[in-house]
Amino acid sequence: MSFFDLRGTLKPLTSLKQFGKNPHTIRYPEVPVEASDRYRGFHFNEIEECIGCGNCATICMNESIDMIPVEGVEGDKGDSGLRPRIDYGRCCYCGLCVDVCPTGSLSLTKDYIHVSEDPDTFLFLPGIENPDANNRKTYISTKETSLNDWARIPMPELEGKERVKSFAEVVLGYNEEQARQEAERCISCGICTEVCPDHMHIPEYINAIASGNDEDAVRIIYDNNPLPELCGKVCTRRCEDVCAIATRGEPVAIRWLKRYATETADASDVIKDIVNPEIRERNGKKVGIIGAGPSGLTAAYYLALRGFDVTIYEANEKAGGMTMYGIPKYRLPLDSIQKQVDYIVSIGVKIHFNTKVGKDISFKEIYENNDAVFMGVGFPKAWTLGIDGEDAKGSMQAVNFLHMINSGEDVEVGNKVAVVGGGNVAIDAARVSRRLGAEVTILYRRRVQDMPADWEEIEGAEDEGVHIEPQAIPIKIHTDDKGNVKAIEYLKAEMVQSKDGGRPKPVAIEGSNTIMEVSAVMAAIGQQGDYDFIDKEYAEKIKIERGRFVVDKNQQTTLPRLFAGGDAANRTADAISAIADGLRACKAIDAMLMPSNK
Amino acid sequence: MKREKATTLYIGPQHPGITGNMMVRLKVEGDTIVGARTEVGYLHRAFEKLVERRNWVQSFTMMCRFCVPEPDPVEESYARAVEMLDNIEIPERAKWIRVLVLELARISSLLLWHAGQGHSLGLYTMGQWSVGDRNYILDLFEDLTGARIYHMFIWPGGVRRDFPKGFEDKVLKTMDYLEKRLEDYDNLLFENSIFQKRTQGVGYVNPEKVIEHGVVGPVLRGSGIKSDIRIDDPYEVYDKLKFEVPTQTGSDIWARALVRRVEIRQSIRIIRQVIEKIPKGDVYTKVPNPQKWKIARGDAFARTESVRGEVGMYVASDGGAKPRRVHFRGAAYVHAVTLLEEVLIGQNIADVSAIMNSLGTCPPEIER
Repeated sequence: MSFFDLRGTLKPLTSLKQFGKNPHTIRYPEVPVEASDRYRGFHFNEIEECIGCGNCATICMNESIDMIPVEGVEGDKGDSGLRPRIDYGRCCYCGLCVDVCPTGSLSLTKDYIHVSEDPDTFLFLPGIENPDANNRKTYISTKETSLNDWARIPMPELEGKERVKSFAEVVLGYNEEQARQEAERCISCGICTEVCPDHMHIPEYINAIASGNDEDAVRIIYDNNPLPELCGKVCTRRCEDVCAIATRGEPVAIRWLKRYATETADASDVIKDIVNPEIRERNGKKVGIIGAGPSGLTAAYYLALRGFDVTIYEANEKAGGMTMYGIPKYRLPLDSIQKQVDYIVSIGVKIHFNTKVGKDISFKEIYENNDAVFMGVGFPKAWTLGIDGEDAKGSMQAVNFLHMINSGEDVEVGNKVAVVGGGNVAIDAARVSRRLGAEVTILYRRRVQDMPADWEEIEGAEDEGVHIEPQAIPIKIHTDDKGNVKAIEYLKAEMVQSKDGGRPKPVAIEGSNTIMEVSAVMAAIGQQGDYDFIDKEYAEKIKIERGRFVVDKNQQTTLPRLFAGGDAANRTADAISAIADGLRACKAIDAMLMPSNK
Repeated sequence: MKREKATTLYIGPQHPGITGNMMVRLKVEGDTIVGARTEVGYLHRAFEKLVERRNWVQSFTMMCRFCVPEPDPVEESYARAVEMLDNIEIPERAKWIRVLVLELARISSLLLWHAGQGHSLGLYTMGQWSVGDRNYILDLFEDLTGARIYHMFIWPGGVRRDFPKGFEDKVLKTMDYLEKRLEDYDNLLFENSIFQKRTQGVGYVNPEKVIEHGVVGPVLRGSGIKSDIRIDDPYEVYDKLKFEVPTQTGSDIWARALVRRVEIRQSIRIIRQVIEKIPKGDVYTKVPNPQKWKIARGDAFARTESVRGEVGMYVASDGGAKPRRVHFRGAAYVHAVTLLEEVLIGQNIADVSAIMNSLGTCPPEIER
């Protein structure tokens, strides 16, 4: 190679090509630049859609997201009231927060320059500080790109045709693999915990199930619920209504997971081995409990653990209250309740069965002989329809019917049953009647979508061949000469929008009378309390409003040392609320009688 | 000749050339280097350790930080290792998109190499042009992944998003443009007598020692050994693509430059094949909920060809929700430490930066 290389000297002069031309780098911000349609710039959050679950904060690998209370956002059921705040000193714009957002409210935008004199401006509340960024969203969450699992593992069930042949349990329960898979869907946000009347530790026990520690799950569950298998089968599960995954998919099957965990302990001594409760030494204080329903059993269990001498007085021959006598065995088998009750008895709770307060023992005796009394007496009396012919043979109350069936009595319903009502009791009575071989029609005043019963129960009833006649108002029960039910007469109703914006009301259509031949009529339009057992001298001091005991936040009634819970004190009227009442009363009684325990 | 007293000279740690923060402590006599010692530690952020407290999904966003100019092969290695561990089969289309991303990353990194190699020898126009052209590749990345530098796009299970609308056309147009520009690059750099004279015979790597050192990539190919993970141990869909692996025997900066000159053209060729042959379908196999994803006890090693050579990721799981250990091995670990210390002996101070560039120095790869 010579020292002077002509070609090698001239060729690089190709650089002159660019002489006088504009550079192709862009002079921002003089020349505006539009980022691409997928650019991962600053965050934006739809404040209204966000439920404050905090999954963005959990996934953020730089810990740059905090969930903080925000002005103008009120937390309520299904919304923690918190909203994400991004620390742009830490954020790496990976967008994982968007990919795990269950509601899809969080997104990234085209914005990538922010100028401010405020030194704290790197702490940024998306959606609140940039409300106008809504139309500049780029990196968004869709169901397809999301990291959440939207579909629930289906629950194995008996076929409708098989079910009506017996009282065998309809829901078969998850097996181990199904339970693990379902548990893996949970994002542990805890929104459910807030809504659960009993504030159960839902994310914790689901985590335990997901990691294969079923016994841990049982221990966590027993921390504040002594009847978990009952709840695992028949809970009204408001937790699932607010599940973060339910915003765009099917909620995590919280109830079925609890059922799975508790079913792994198949006898009361197994439960005792697993839970291995710490029972405090007897403190000498006595607590009387009236009614062995969910609230009474709960109060009894936790009081006994705290060293109290607990005695329950129960009118029936088995414990469980409405869950024992009101819920059909295909939903909640006897063994399920029995093993939980046996476990509660095994830690030292005494139960006097067939002991009706006011008859076998007076309220006064219980009240005066105990340091505190808890009443979980429920709503035993059914509302009647208030129509002609209701006292005919074959016309009965659905709760009484269920009570008899669950007590093992034979009830003759004939071949065609009409059930009046739209709640779970109506559905239960209908499905039980199907199992007795009758054709069943449910008459309900409003539309099917207005029925207060669980949609799963409604579907289950339809699968089993129950006919639902909506917008039907019964007006008369016809009888034959022997006084037996012969037919039920009802009017069709139309739904009229109420003027005050409330839900539409059924209004009977004149002349639409329909007569349906039936052999039995069951009324299931609600129950009420029966407080005649309380001696007059005490009854005067106990305040009752709208058929329920008035209690404070500690379940304390207006009579000192007397506490109440469950249906007779709580408008929610479901098992889990009753359990929560029992637990609250237990804590209050403990605080009242043993202040040193604190 | 009278022997002069050796002086200590520090090159770095502020970006010697455009390689990243590291330092070479030189012993020089006059202009000649008689001893060299690589000093690292200026970039150390303990990436490998940080991964151990992040779950399997969170961890993938750490991967790009192992090498800024070309993060995708690291993401690819991690994703593939995790997929091996948990037996995840990714969709066919995702494999093709991954190859496209990897090759775009190669081009982007090679353009940056053009700039670095030019800069280190005073040829500034080269750098301005190639970095300007690299922006067009970054535009493609922005369209596809949502980010220009840290793409965080290849994750366990596939890739995060499918092509946006009109992306294929844009890629082909950019490739056509780039191919024409490569002629200009030839004129500016490879035909340039200054470049030739300052690179030929400079930074000589003894071909007998390359295996001993564990040299990989263009440095190995520049020493006459044909080795490329894409051919030797094909991953994704490289076995369905036609491309050449260039070699040179000079074993100096010039030889390695010529290898890279061909490689950028081969990457364009691969990208055109990908756009032509890519099948339709999903781009992502759903992995479990990140919070609850546990991977059975075991370990896996995946390696990917980067512009600097083979990069490998060893991932071990103890059955938990987070990696027990992640160990990354990048090409620069050898090239910029043991090899560089040896190659620099006898060289001129003015060539240090050019040699570092030519060996593919990338300090964050060393300091994991």
